[in-house]
This record gives sequence, structure tokens and C-alpha cells, in this order.
Amino acid sequence: MLRRRFGLLLGFYVFASSPGLSYAEPVQEFVLDNGLKVLLLEDHKSPSVTFQVWYRVGSRNEKDGKSGLAHFLEHFLFKGTPTTGPEEYSRIIAKNGGRSNAFTSTDMTVYFATMSREKIFIELELEADRMANALLGDTYFEPEKKVIQEERRLRTEDNPASALGEVANAVAYTVHPYRRPVVGWMEDIQNLSRQDLVDFYKLYYAPNNAFIVVTGDFSTSELLPQIKAAYGKIARGAAAPKLSVSEPEQRGERRVTLKKEAELPVIQMYYHAPNLKSPDSFALDLLSVVLAGGRSSRLHHELVYKKRLAREIDADYSAVSVDPTGFSISAQLLPGKDAAALEREIDRELERIKNDLVSDKELQKAKNQVEAAFIFAQDSIFGQAMKIGYYEIAGGWRQMESYLDGIRKVNRDDIRRAAKKYLERDRRTVGVLIPTKEKNQ
Amino acid sequence: MKKNLLKLIALVLLATPAPGAHADMVPKRSVLNSGMVLLTSEQRALPMVALELIIDAGSRHEAAEQAGLANLTSKLLTYGTKKRSALQVSESLDFIGAGLSSGAGENVASVSLTILKKDLAVGLELLAEILTSSTFPQGEIDRQKQAIIAGIRAQEEDPGAVAGKAFAAALFPQSPYGRPVEGTEASVKSLQAQSLKDFFSRYYRPNRSIMAVVGAVSEQEITQALNQALHGWSKGAASAAPAAPSNIGGLQTLRIEKDLTQANIILGHAGVPRGHPDYYALQVMNYILGGGGFSSRAMDSIRNERGLAYSVYSFFGADKSHGSFQFVMQTKNESAQEAVRLALEEIRRLREQLVSEQELNDAKNYMTGSFPLRFDTNRKVAGFLAQVELFELGLDYPNRYGALVAKVSREDVQRVAKQFLQPEKLITVIVGNQKKIAAK
Repeated sequence: MLRRRFGLLLGFYVFASSPGLSYAEPVQEFVLDNGLKVLLLEDHKSPSVTFQVWYRVGSRNEKDGKSGLAHFLEHFLFKGTPTTGPEEYSRIIAKNGGRSNAFTSTDMTVYFATMSREKIFIELELEADRMANALLGDTYFEPEKKVIQEERRLRTEDNPASALGEVANAVAYTVHPYRRPVVGWMEDIQNLSRQDLVDFYKLYYAPNNAFIVVTGDFSTSELLPQIKAAYGKIARGAAAPKLSVSEPEQRGERRVTLKKEAELPVIQMYYHAPNLKSPDSFALDLLSVVLAGGRSSRLHHELVYKKRLAREIDADYSAVSVDPTGFSISAQLLPGKDAAALEREIDRELERIKNDLVSDKELQKAKNQVEAAFIFAQDSIFGQAMKIGYYEIAGGWRQMESYLDGIRKVNRDDIRRAAKKYLERDRRTVGVLIPTKEKNQ
Repeated sequence: MKKNLLKLIALVLLATPAPGAHADMVPKRSVLNSGMVLLTSEQRALPMVALELIIDAGSRHEAAEQAGLANLTSKLLTYGTKKRSALQVSESLDFIGAGLSSGAGENVASVSLTILKKDLAVGLELLAEILTSSTFPQGEIDRQKQAIIAGIRAQEEDPGAVAGKAFAAALFPQSPYGRPVEGTEASVKSLQAQSLKDFFSRYYRPNRSIMAVVGAVSEQEITQALNQALHGWSKGAASAAPAAPSNIGGLQTLRIEKDLTQANIILGHAGVPRGHPDYYALQVMNYILGGGGFSSRAMDSIRNERGLAYSVYSFFGADKSHGSFQFVMQTKNESAQEAVRLALEEIRRLREQLVSEQELNDAKNYMTGSFPLRFDTNRKVAGFLAQVELFELGLDYPNRYGALVAKVSREDVQRVAKQFLQPEKLITVIVGNQKKIAAK
């Protein structure tokens, strides 16, 4: 669900840190007088620093008819301030040997750069400027709108699987704003005005609705005073509107199809599931690994390897979100195979895990995979900063610290119980991509 | 964003630049008794090891009618050894949460292993089994063929991949570098088990291999472990240096019909091999043209000023024997002609005018300053070290890189633009709704 200003979608899994398997210094938390929270993690194994500013605003905060606003604003915040010219930000970072980008998701908008220890103060100051002084100049509005429409064409309209995901998502939710695509519907993007952006910026871009995450090769005693000097002078904003929407319980399966020029059918199943605020989230995490973590996992072994129905199959559970999201299973078929047959076989596997306990070895394998991935994830300071930010948005970064303990406590019964409770047909939406091969003549 | 099929070329581009950040990034190099070159960098911060093995067993060694042989061989490595079935291989790996993958490019095949230090012995044993006793069972070959053919079909859905494939075929006709590494449906279907076994036995040899190991293991420890684990892996015949493609495609336009909202465009032609003396000047020039993201002229003109594209970039990819230049963008069908015109205009401008002092310095500062950021994980360092050896850049390459870039002048930039940006040779590939593209 991430939309970035430029570049690839972020593909890594978010794993949390835990005492015992964390090899960096602990996270330190500071809060400035204006409400800006600062989360610092020193990690000196490679000579760079990642500096990120997270705003607690995403497509979740948009109103009907204004979809894509949070993402549009993210693009528009590269158009300068009184002291930084339009598109200058990226150039300044680059000529100082840094790499920068930004992305928007359902729950957050994030700006970041990775630079050397000596240069990171440049990013620190540019982000403070962006938080307080964006010009949102009129001249750049129409061209940037076109850029965003091109982004939507590239990533959604001409990408069959992602186009299916968008319509399935719009059916899976009826009330909750997660039903809207982060990039926005094409018509909505077309109708957004510059004033919409100005209002949104005023409402959500304030130190008390944001936090900073810094990871890497820096020293807290040097960096913290710099952060205080640059950000401490920004005035606290009015409290951002609180959003409290819950999706009504789904009663009955929903089905959606998309016909599009494509080669291979795709099936996506989407079950409503709780997020990390529920103790069941650990069992759901492991359930996704038992089902589709690695080639020896159940769905992969049965449906890709043995029965040869799917080209690939995946199970995904994202606990780290502000509101409950979902547990999804998605598969692309092998040529000549029947989507209905694959769906039956997926259901058969789900029935099996709802009725029979997984073996001890299977559970241990899933836990080992989670722990190994947890250590591998620490190889990247950028990945660590992302993990801290995701947790902080979703419910507080300290929840990371109990993650592995939560995983270790899950038993075979928990997996079966979670599967029974959440992988229920009446709570799911099934999307099917039906390839057409008609050509425009 | 790199959806072209010249995967290895793209990889090389990404892994190219390099000054020395950490003194200890400079690896230790040795040649094992088996002839395999080993590069190690001990990094103790995390209890993990990243291993990258590249083998001179790419698709350049296969005949046209056997297109896909190198790829299929590499894919089957994790699907059965004398001791373990395909399922036993994946069970062993999944149980320790390790990642082991294999694949092939045009020049080399590669095997990557990411593993916890405590499980290293298990991983090396499995790696040794794969390299010395892969069995290529018929059932697994059939399965992989089906998966590869499905992958070839799936690529048809990816307009960038369709454009990249057409570009490569037009640029290097009748050459392994112009063929997709995965082959065609027909060629993959016709591959025989015996051909795979022969290919494996001939090319997967230690004296044709480079291994980089980065992580919580010392040079001494890993050398000993490898000598022991790989003692059954014996030398094979050495092979000649790769020949450059002999036939280079010239000026042409390829239009491919797809029911899409955007035209996916590649403009390009041949480039230079990695060892070319102008390689660094070309990288600086290309940064200014379209390699420098939001700092590039292409992004300024086509995205920022006119809103015609979300993604627009260019690159000079360089392989051992050859290279290519590509300018890549997507824009709504109706704007395709204008976007192409603007791209040509930027190419012309670089050939005709000196770049400004500031543009030059910004490019050089980015390239040297961002170098250490590119190697900030064990996995990335392992990949980089293997490439340094493959391209014979020398262990001190990270320390020399800054100087190689620094000496590039404005005049050099214009000279290489004139010489290596060749509008008269451009191959233009446009995938999209041709009716809308043509209307104006």
C-alpha cells in the first residue's frame, strides 16, 4: 500500500526487536516541548546515518472525493520553501553524497535521507524547514498532478495484479478509509485543488503530529542538540482531528472479478483480521509463515510443487497498522490451470489447518524463520528505522520489544484457534483477475 | 525500476561506484587449492554470514537452439542432490531460516546464501552437495520448465520487460546477449536432461568461480571450512574470455501493441565494456543526463517541468565484453511522441554544449559521497566484492574510485557524449496503444 515519490516499493517484512537478539544499542526516546518525539538508535556497523521524519497522516485521514490527497501533498512538499527552491531538496542531498526519498501509506507519510555522519545535519535542517515553511506554490500544481496520474497509470492501471488489489480492497471495506487506494482514484486526483493541499498541510504537518527516527553511525550527544535547535523553534500545532472508524463485521463472502489484458489469472483472498493490539497477532504471524514461508511451507509445497496449479503463492499478514487490516493469500496461476480449482485447493489447505494441529516441527520451523529474519533485518540501518517508525505509528515503538517473546509463546493450539477464528469464509473477500487478450486495433 | 532483461548489466551498474568508507571493507583475497577465488570480509556486528558465489556458467555458453539451458541448470541446483530430494533441500533451509537462491545471467550463474552463523556448517554442507552432486531428476526438470514457461508468459504482462526484451534482441541480434536468459517457450520445452548434466559438469567448476563471504567468520575459519566441504569439487577446463557480440543492431523503431494506458519507451544503443577507459566519464555524463534521479536533466525536463512521466532515467550498463545505453520512460500514450522528442533534445544538448561547472561537481560529489551508502549491508558487500573480482578492478578499487571520478572534466563529459551518445544509431522501442500513440 505504499506509494513512493520515486523508486521501488519497499518489500521488506517488518520484524521487531527484542532483548537477546538485538545487536544494536537500545532505542532512546526524547520529546521536545512542542510535542515532537525523537527516537534514536545508534548502530555503528556501517558509516552512514538514516534520518526520517514520520507524519501521522496517510490516506486513512482523507475524506471521500479527496482520495490521493496525502500522497499528492507528499509530492508537493518537494516544491520548496522560502530558502530552498523547487526540487532543490533532492539536489542538495545528492550533491552531499546522500540518498533521499519519501513515501505515503494508509497510516503515515515519511520523508528520509541516508547520508554520512558528517553530512546528516543537512537533512536534519531541510526537514525542519519542510515541516514549517512549505510554499506549496501554484506554478507547480498542474505539472505535479500529471506526474501523479502517470504514477497511477504505471503502478495500478497497467499492472493487472495491483489493479485487482485495488478493486478487491474497495469491496473488502465498506466504511473504513482503508477502502481507498493510497494513490487516489483517477477522478479524485483530477479534482484535487491546491487549496486542498494547503489545508491538509496546515492540519497535519506539525511537530506534535510527527516524530523523528534516526538510526546508524551518529552520537546522541552530538545529534540531539542539533535536533532541538532546528525543530524546537517550530510552534506546536492544533491537535490533528482524531479519526475513529471501525469497519462493521462482515457477514458473508464478497467476490469481485476484474477483466483485463493479462496472461495469467490471479486470485487474492482477503480476510479481516486484528492488528498488533490483539494477542492473536503473534499466532497470525506464524500462521502466515506455516502457510507460505519458504518452499517447504504448506501452500507452496501442495499447490506450487505437488499439484502444480500456481506459479507462485503467498500469505501476508500485516499486524503493524493503526486500525485492523487483514490476512491475505494471493496466487498467480500456471498457464492452463483453472482458478476455481486452485481456490478449492487453497480452501482445502485452510480447512486442514483449522481442523488439525500443526506438528511441533512445523511450528518450530516457523519460529526459527521469524528469528533468523529478525536478525537479518538488522543488517540494514534503513530497515531498522522503518521498523521503529511502523511500530510507533501503529501503537508505540516499545511494542517491538515484546515481539519475539510473543512469537515464542505461541503454541500449536493458538495457530489452530487463530485459523478457525479469522480464516472464515464469511469474513473474506475474494478477487479474481480474468485475463482478456483483446487488442485495440 | 530496472525492468530490462539485461539483468546482469543493470546489476553491474548499481554495484559500480565505490570509495573506501570502512578500512575493513577491503577484503582478503586468496585462491583455494581447487582454483576458486575467495574474498572475505570479517564483520562481527551480527551473528550472520552472507555468501555470494558466481560461476562462469552464464547463457553466453549455450547454443541458440538451447536457449534457456544455463538458466534451467542454475534453477535446478536446489532441486535435488544425491543425498536430498527437492523437499529435503527446502526443509533443511527453511528449518534454519536460511535463504539460498540460484540463478543465471548472460555471463555468470550465481548462488547466494544468507545464514545465521550458528548454522553455517549446515549451509556449507548443503552448498557443497549442490555443487558436487546435483542430480537433475526428470520430474524436477519438468516442473521447472513449466514454471519458467509460466514466467515467460507473466513477463508479457510487464510492459517494461516486454520493451527490454525487444530492445536487447534488436541491439544484439544472433547473440546470446540479445536472447532472454530464460529462453523461449519452444527452446525451454526442448531442453534435455542430458544437456543439463553436461552443462553442469562442464561449467560448474571451482576454477571458474569466485566466492565472497562477508560476516561473522574469519578468513582462516571459512577457508578451512570450504576446503573441507568442497574437497570433492574438482577443477574443469578453463574457458576463453567472453567474445563481444559481433553484430550490433542499428537505427530502427519497434512498436509493440498492448492495451495499456501508458507507452513504455526505451531509446538506446550499444555502450562500452566495463574496462573501457571512458567508463567513469560516461557515468558522470549519464548522471547529468538521466542517471541522477531528481538531479538529472531528463527528470527536470520530462517530469518536473511538463509532468509527462513519473519515472524517467538512463544508464550505461557495462558487462565484460560489451555494454549498452538505455533511456527509459513511461508516459501516457498520447504524450509518447513529445517525450521522445524531449529525450532526443537532452541527448543533443549534452553533445553540443559543455555542462556547467556546478552540474559536473554535483555529479562527482554524489558519486563519490554516496559510495559507502551502497554497501551498507553484509549482503550488498558480498555482491560487490564478487563483482570487483569478476571485473578485475583490484582490491584497492574502493580507494581508487574517488580519484577515477574526480579527474573527469567538463570537456571529458562533452567528448564522451559526442562519442557515445549516438542519435544516428538509436533503437526506439515503444510498447503501448499504438493508435493513441500515433494520433496527433
